[in-house]
Amino acid sequence: MTVFSTCHKVIGKQYIALSLFSVFIGIFLSLVMRYHLVHPDTKVKLFQLLWPDGAPGGQMTPELYLSLMTMHGTIMVFFVLTTTPQSGFGNYFLPLQIGAPDMAFPVLNMLSFWTTALSLLTLLAAFFVEGGAPLSGWTAYPPLSGLGKITGPGQGLGQDLWILSIALFCVASLMAAINFIVTIIELRAPGMGYFDMPLTCWGWFVTALISLFAFAVLLPGGVLLLLDRLAGTSFFIPGGLIVNDQVQTRSGGSPLLFQHLFWFFGHPEVYIAILPGMGLISTVLSVFSGKRVFGYKAMAIAMLAIGGLGFVVWGHHMFISGMSPYSSIAFSVLTLAVGVPSAVKTFNWLATLWGGRLRFTAAMHYALGFVSLFITGGITGLVLGQPGLDVYFHDTYFVVAHFHLIMGVAAVFAIFAGLHYWFPIMYGRFLNEQLGKLHFFLTFAGVYALFVPLHFAGFVGNPRRYPDFKEYEFLKSVMPLHIGVTHAAYFLAAVQLLFLFNYLWSKRRGALAPANPWGAATREWRND
Amino acid sequence: MSAHRNPPGLKTLGMWLFVLSDMLTFSTLLVVYSALRFANPAWPRPFSLNPGILFATIMTIVLLASSLTMVWAVDAIKRDQRKRTVQWLGATILGGAAFIALHLMEWCHLLTVENITPASNPWNVPLFGAVFFGVTGLHMAHVAAGLVYLSVLAAGVSRGTFCVEDVETGGLYWHFVDVVWMFVFPLVYLMAVKP
Amino acid sequence: MAIAILIAALAGATVALFFQPRWWFPDAISAHAKAYDAHFLFTLCVIGAIFVFAQGLLTWVILRYRDRGQAPSAHEGNNTLELVWTSATAVVFLGLAFAGQGIWAGIHLDAPAANALRVEVLAKQFAWSYRYPGPDGAFGRVDTRQIDDASGNPFGIDAKDPAGRDDITGAILRVPAGRQVELLLKSRDVIHNFFVRELRLKQDVVPGITIPLRFTADTPGSYEVPCSELCGLGHHQMRSSLVVMAPADFDAWLQEAQQKAAQP
Ligand code: HEA
Ligand code: HEA
Ligand code: CUA
Ligand SMILES: [Cu+2]
Repeated sequence: MTVFSTCHKVIGKQYIALSLFSVFIGIFLSLVMRYHLVHPDTKVKLFQLLWPDGAPGGQMTPELYLSLMTMHGTIMVFFVLTTTPQSGFGNYFLPLQIGAPDMAFPVLNMLSFWTTALSLLTLLAAFFVEGGAPLSGWTAYPPLSGLGKITGPGQGLGQDLWILSIALFCVASLMAAINFIVTIIELRAPGMGYFDMPLTCWGWFVTALISLFAFAVLLPGGVLLLLDRLAGTSFFIPGGLIVNDQVQTRSGGSPLLFQHLFWFFGHPEVYIAILPGMGLISTVLSVFSGKRVFGYKAMAIAMLAIGGLGFVVWGHHMFISGMSPYSSIAFSVLTLAVGVPSAVKTFNWLATLWGGRLRFTAAMHYALGFVSLFITGGITGLVLGQPGLDVYFHDTYFVVAHFHLIMGVAAVFAIFAGLHYWFPIMYGRFLNEQLGKLHFFLTFAGVYALFVPLHFAGFVGNPRRYPDFKEYEFLKSVMPLHIGVTHAAYFLAAVQLLFLFNYLWSKRRGALAPANPWGAATREWRND
Repeated sequence: MSAHRNPPGLKTLGMWLFVLSDMLTFSTLLVVYSALRFANPAWPRPFSLNPGILFATIMTIVLLASSLTMVWAVDAIKRDQRKRTVQWLGATILGGAAFIALHLMEWCHLLTVENITPASNPWNVPLFGAVFFGVTGLHMAHVAAGLVYLSVLAAGVSRGTFCVEDVETGGLYWHFVDVVWMFVFPLVYLMAVKP
Repeated sequence: MAIAILIAALAGATVALFFQPRWWFPDAISAHAKAYDAHFLFTLCVIGAIFVFAQGLLTWVILRYRDRGQAPSAHEGNNTLELVWTSATAVVFLGLAFAGQGIWAGIHLDAPAANALRVEVLAKQFAWSYRYPGPDGAFGRVDTRQIDDASGNPFGIDAKDPAGRDDITGAILRVPAGRQVELLLKSRDVIHNFFVRELRLKQDVVPGITIPLRFTADTPGSYEVPCSELCGLGHHQMRSSLVVMAPADFDAWLQEAQQKAAQP
């Protein structure tokens, strides 16, 4: 296996390895954050060791917390959820499922992977530069992110590297998107129509289409922000600012413009994270209930609808931003409309199970867990999608709970399902089923314990992105909640080691798998 | 993975998709431009007809001409006249290079004589320069990338490794860059003519 | 099997949490906040019903169709069914969207009252300042060069403008109960957010633009204002207070403050 391989299977595994590495960094960061939230005054030697400037004497500074949060969000969204379900699984299995010899452009494919790797290195480098990693969140709103160091430590070189990393990621994703779309359109086996493809392929197809447009907008957005920082332009900087007692001379720009560009990408991005998972879950549910997917065509069309509508709802992240209150009404109606195809998918999953003969393999467990979590996480979208209600919940832990349940874990459960399901093809062996089920039960209970209580912090009005809750009287009451949540996080993180062990061990020593152990009907299981 | 033969049309489709997505990138910039112009009512309109617009028109004509030579290059490769193809590609590269040279001359003039920079200008609407250099800079970067692309193409054609589809794909890119200019020119230049 | 029980148990626990009184909204102190709570409760009932139904169905399907050697049915789809549940969800979801517009329109689209008290709010890293126009009812001109936090002029009120001499500035927002207040939100550096939980109101404060925010608070008391948009390392300490006073108390305070402002 060569390092700069152009073989889709190797590249797929490389993507998965990259995101496995990333996810554990992301988890580690989240644990440090969770620890600090409930022990804001405790000095920890380890923190000082890792971040001598950010945690002098082991006492974490607010800017360190915010930079960990920024990196946690960025790593998880981009290098875990945009990477494994689409580029990892897609590269490996799309050609196999449609009977293509490889992706359409193998060299381009190799380039996209290495650009992604470079992007990850660039991002991680931000930890080690002067001032540390940026503290403006994964959304990087200017002027906070556009003015350089005077807005805070980490807003110097760290923020530049962050933007550069995102720009590289855009380029890599655009190359990958072109590759996926051409492969699907041109390289399907003779006689295979679009509506003969497995739903997994539909997931990858729609995701690639979304990527092609979404990243094409984020890229110039990032470049303009970089120009504001480095070339003295003022695309996103209005006039008359006084920052840190220094009068700024720039004028004419609009902070809201950046938010529009970011969320025009950002909302479709969350569907990029979940659509491949939706396709995969349909397959797994159908295989292990011994039935075909219920309403195949409706499922494919629902994905297209989610992808299409996904481009016109970005304003729901900006209800409170100061944009026109009339546009909020339009965005609100469209947002709840995009929930409809999501619900249709849920109905069809349930109908696929209906009348089947369910076999409870580990992969099936994760798939069923996905459905449950998708409902739990998605349903709060119906609250946030109403601007009238969002006026309270915006930027509270209610939002954090919403997106962790649906993205943080529903989509992650699709990764687990996929790995357990496809491991026999990838390594000729099974992931240990017993261990897998144990990991499922502990994780499933763990994520409910971790993220459901955060809704209630949201009800109390607990703002997100706070390094500690000491300043406010009303936040005293949420501390017990946070302490419980932090314990759930420790537990959950420990349980993930079980998975890591299973993965690494089964690769070498797992039970050997026969050719088509699950009795699946799609092409990747055929031995030819 | 063993080398396999891909069906024809693959590269063309890939290029079309790239063009589609790049179109959105340019549209983003043009939307940013419109939004900022709308928000800054005192947007300057510094270009005189002569030399400003005249000069830009010459640049436009040069770029258009290079599109024409590109058409001929594609035509030549279709008739399997490889030498001819390389010559027309050469002409196209020359046109593109001339465009960049003229463009850089114009930039220099604006930067040094008219004092318009990305961050400041005499009318105190600094965004004018930012938008101008941003939009034209992105376009120029595309032309420059095109020059490299076409050079590789020409080398490949003369060595005999590239075929009709490769040249057609290159043509697609080049025409796209040309079409983008047809949006940039009126928006950035004509709409900033001295009243 | 076990998974069905776990899903039911977790869904049940989730629902049960909604019946604890401890972590909930603070008491509403305005008509809008009460309308908010009513609409939230309505939404909660709708999504709660969907949640229970969907998780319940999932549990039931898992139990009912677990492998007992039965032959799977051959259902592959049913267009009528698709049509029915698509339109049913569309009706419910869009119904929610339209039902929710009332409270939104109430805060942003209704015309301001004629006698509204106007207060300018200035956010900066990491503090809030408030400015009242004084007896003349007009805000004095501001001049960014005269901004000086140390001498108590965060707004940069122009010393030369007579309209500004009687302006009152302070770090606490005091308003009379029962009278409409119109805040004019401004920021000096980055984006901040003005949030009063008891009013169920939240609005980003964006540099470069002035954003109006109207409310009528009914219950006297002191309420915390946490900055709710990430604005840098002091974001979590950017705290302020809204003090709602009985109208007579407010008038007394205002008079005193005006007198203080009048003395140089
Ligand atoms: C995978 C990621 C993902 C997905 C799929 C979604 C899905 C949805 N999201 Fe979410 N969202 C995020 C990730 C995601 N979101 C993230 C990351 C943020 C925060 C970003 C940040 O600020 O940092 C966010 C924030 C966010 C906001 C902004 C909140 C704020 O900041 O103020 C809003 C507002 O409308 C919203 C709405 C929705 C809606 C309506 C859906 C809908 O698509 C949901 C549709 C699903 C359902 C409706 C459930 C379907 C099932 C049923 C209804 C059951 C039916 C069956 C029976 C009855 C048997 N989301
Ligand atoms: C994919 C997305 C994802 C995931 C998985 C997570 C996982 C976790 N998150 Fe994160 N989080 C975000 C995305 C995600 N988060 C984002 C976008 C933000 C916002 C940042 C911002 O505000 O700018 C955020 C913010 C955020 C906050 C809010 C900080 C604040 O506002 O102050 C908190 C606090 O508790 C938190 C906690 C956690 C915890 C404890 C976990 C986990 O520890 C839970 C345990 C992990 C798992 C169950 C997953 C394990 C998965 C695998 C092992 C898969 C392996 C396989 C392969 C990759 C092949 N996160
Ligand atoms: Cu000011 Cu957050
Ligand atoms: Cu969204």
